[in-house]
Amino acid sequence: MAETGTPTEPEVVAADDVVSLRSVSVAYGRNFALRDVTASFGAGAVGLLGPNGAGKSTMIKALLGFIAPTSGSMRVMGLDVAESPLEIRARIGYMPENDAHTPGMSAVAFVGYCGELAGLKPVDAMQRAHEVLYYVGLGEARYRNVETYSTGMKQRIKLAQALVHDPDLLFLDEPTNGMDPKGRDEMLELIRDLGHNKGVNLILCSHLLPDVEYCCERVVVMDKARIVAAGPIAELKGPRGRVFEVRAKWGHDQLVTAYRAAGYDCHETDEDVMRVFVPEGQGPRDLFALAAREGLQLRHLRPSVPTLEDAFARAVGEE
Amino acid sequence: MPIHDQGYRRFTGTREPRGRAWLVIMKAGIRSTLARKWLRVILLASWAQFLVRAVVMYFTTTYGQLASSILATNAQTFREFLERQDIFVFFITIFVGAGLIANDRRANALQIYLSKPLTRAEYIAGKAGTLLVFLVGVTWLPAILLLAVQTMLAGNFTFVRANAFLLPAITVYAALQVLLATFTMLALSSLSKSARFVSIMYAGVIFFTDAVFGMLKFLVRASGASMVSPTQSLAQIGDVIFRVPPRHDTPVVLSLVVVLGLIALSVLVLERRIRGVEVVA
Repeated sequence: MAETGTPTEPEVVAADDVVSLRSVSVAYGRNFALRDVTASFGAGAVGLLGPNGAGKSTMIKALLGFIAPTSGSMRVMGLDVAESPLEIRARIGYMPENDAHTPGMSAVAFVGYCGELAGLKPVDAMQRAHEVLYYVGLGEARYRNVETYSTGMKQRIKLAQALVHDPDLLFLDEPTNGMDPKGRDEMLELIRDLGHNKGVNLILCSHLLPDVEYCCERVVVMDKARIVAAGPIAELKGPRGRVFEVRAKWGHDQLVTAYRAAGYDCHETDEDVMRVFVPEGQGPRDLFALAAREGLQLRHLRPSVPTLEDAFARAVGEE
Repeated sequence: MPIHDQGYRRFTGTREPRGRAWLVIMKAGIRSTLARKWLRVILLASWAQFLVRAVVMYFTTTYGQLASSILATNAQTFREFLERQDIFVFFITIFVGAGLIANDRRANALQIYLSKPLTRAEYIAGKAGTLLVFLVGVTWLPAILLLAVQTMLAGNFTFVRANAFLLPAITVYAALQVLLATFTMLALSSLSKSARFVSIMYAGVIFFTDAVFGMLKFLVRASGASMVSPTQSLAQIGDVIFRVPPRHDTPVVLSLVVVLGLIALSVLVLERRIRGVEVVA
């Protein structure tokens, strides 16, 4: 991974990256979905994080060759996307965001078919289809028509078809969409297992911070068609103890305004709880003092562990 | 124990060379089509004319007095045979072709296909191949077999030698017939997510253009406007290919331009519609 820059700055492209983009722009008419994006994704599990409409899926689709960028160049596993799209697609697996399957097929026929399309021999494809369907937890339902599957099962079968040809790199676009909590946990466990134990590089594209935090060590954060932060999640979160959860007895909005005026990064998490980032050299006393100056009373102040959500909020400038 | 603990293994086998995905798509398409009962019925029915004509050939070759009758086999026999198979071409095109791309679009399968190592041309070739196989099976194949039956029953090559143009004529006409039907249907199929709607569109194109031609013919008392109808244009070309008097006043070159133009237009539509992502700018 080439997150060599400071945690909140877009990283520099390195030669050994699994995926790299240089000054890539993608426009739909006059609207830019990617604007001069330079980023890199190293080996292992990397999260591609961002709010809806940030450009995450567009980036994946551009890397797959579905969308031609208006400018810039992209490389996947050392191969240029514009010059060698088929070689790249033979080595990657793509799990699309929305429902996708071949109509009228059972799960095992569909996954086997995808294996054959990816270049496996029919016998190998069928054997792998059975294996990956067991792996994703659809072993017992593999002879059922895919169209009769529940949303969660459809998510699993999308993962199975992406895995059947044993790709070196997986693009997972919102893999837990529409899943119940148990199914979501199992899906995340699978993704974590693939990235950590099975040696599959993966890019997990999601707007769900806990999903990314659970499965990935590194993250690229996007907002408004740009990369706004990149690096190891631990670094992006910042040092422990500089974040405080604060609740005032009254005057919540006044306190937020006062903290922000004092230069603290402050964002609300609940109805009356805010998370305040205290700069280096300052501490809880300063928070109490500032509240007292405003004539307010703090009823709750607790040191907190910085989360990816904090880093994300800082990166995208959310309040 | 979660079932996924049964493990995931890396694949160590060999892979097929690239460029065969169209064959995979075509085979899967044929398999799933043959699983439909109604289609099997239509396919069987489409060979009824072949059987009838083979029986007639048997009688005309066995009983010499029939050889000079209206039942005698000649070039016109094959022309009529292919023309009468048009009804089966129509039904098979609708039953097999309507959902070929429309169903994939409905199920968002295009992004699955195009995320695999295959080109858009391979995808189209696979889908076209599925329909072509069935259409060839009700046009070219029975026509050629009919020619073979005639030769076998006659016990000599006199008929084939006397009508040497028949083999290429059958091949060229059947090719135009199935290519026109296949690409027109695939283009329409790529425009919608509903196979039913595609069927209606296809039938509409065929019947509406024929109706327009009929109306124009009635109004101007001449058949020069056959170019408005793809089926009439194909019929005009067929007459020339089989060396029978053309049925319309339209120059055959114009009819050929209509048929080839329609195929080219369909390919253009497919080129624009078959994409991994639908971009609405």
